[in-house]
Amino acid sequence: MASLKALKIRINSVKSTQKITKAMKMVAAAKLRRAQDAAQNGRPYAERLEAVMAGMAARVGGVGASPLLAGTGKDDVQLLVVATSERGLAGAFNTNIVRAARRKAEELQAQGKTVKFYIAGKKGRVLKRFFPNAILADHDMSAIKAPKFDDARVIADDLIARFGRGEFDVAHLFYSKFVSALVQDPVSQQLIPVPMPAPTKGETSVEAVAEFEPSEEDILDALLPRNVAVQIFRALLENQAGFYGSQMNAMDNATRNAGDMIRRLSIQYNRTRQAAITTELVEIISGAEAL
Amino acid sequence: MLHFELVTPEKLLRSEEVHMVVVPGTEGDFGVLEGHAPFMSTIRDGAIQVYRTEKGEPESIQIRGGFAEVGPKGLTVLAEHAG
Repeated sequence: MASLKALKIRINSVKSTQKITKAMKMVAAAKLRRAQDAAQNGRPYAERLEAVMAGMAARVGGVGASPLLAGTGKDDVQLLVVATSERGLAGAFNTNIVRAARRKAEELQAQGKTVKFYIAGKKGRVLKRFFPNAILADHDMSAIKAPKFDDARVIADDLIARFGRGEFDVAHLFYSKFVSALVQDPVSQQLIPVPMPAPTKGETSVEAVAEFEPSEEDILDALLPRNVAVQIFRALLENQAGFYGSQMNAMDNATRNAGDMIRRLSIQYNRTRQAAITTELVEIISGAEAL
Repeated sequence: MLHFELVTPEKLLRSEEVHMVVVPGTEGDFGVLEGHAPFMSTIRDGAIQVYRTEKGEPESIQIRGGFAEVGPKGLTVLAEHAG
């Protein structure tokens, strides 16, 4: 049986761990609210742009469209853009994203395609262990606290430039969709070529538009890279909110576990102490009787 | 009155009723009043002028990476940066 002193030290150490996890939970909860607001605020832009794009694509059609829309005509080299968080201690949040990407990569490799990875976020670097030769780039995001549109723009520009140089044919984006503070859903979506959202009836005003400045094709060409950036921006925001949700949850569990542990250790501590007192009493009494 | 919305990826910046907005389109400035014909244009980097009332002084907002859409619901400006 552990000594009293060892137990006391153990209890104190669990107590201070609990204090840390509790504090982290509070911080995550506060940051979650801000991240959620940011995700909310980003929605109108994405929705409008999507509506416009859908209408435009329907009008222009696939003829002579930019490769960003029509693709390269091949799908041999597939790029998986994996967006994860920069920090851990958030339960299975990053693991789930990475696992989804790995599954997709194995599936594509089984079909005989070449798979490359574009890592955005430190926690995606574990992929280097599984696919050491398939890492196209590792985008450093450690300086980013709250994702801004420019951060997404940098990634988008990089991807588009690589696409232009023919480094890949199709790009998929992996991130975690923020469903609620308790539920994050790892998802993948095609990024390049830009998948065209089906035009929603009545919503798009494009049908009625008579004039374009410059031409419809030019406007579409200007909007396509922007659409890529917006998709990435949305992924970063969803990830951010999901990360804090997941972290809050993980830290809540950790705090509760620490509480259970303290309770168990305290009982053990008290029992041990009582046993020591009893032994001492027996010794004293038997000593007194012997006199 | 013209319904005017200015949206950036980070937030919905403006959503209000105004008298007129002058937008620096790629192929020249254009003013949008109520009942403007449906129209779409890319915007060159610069300032859009928002006239709240007919006689009042315009408020100018710097934007970058913009795109304007005039529909039956009014004018929507999508900009990557504003303010």
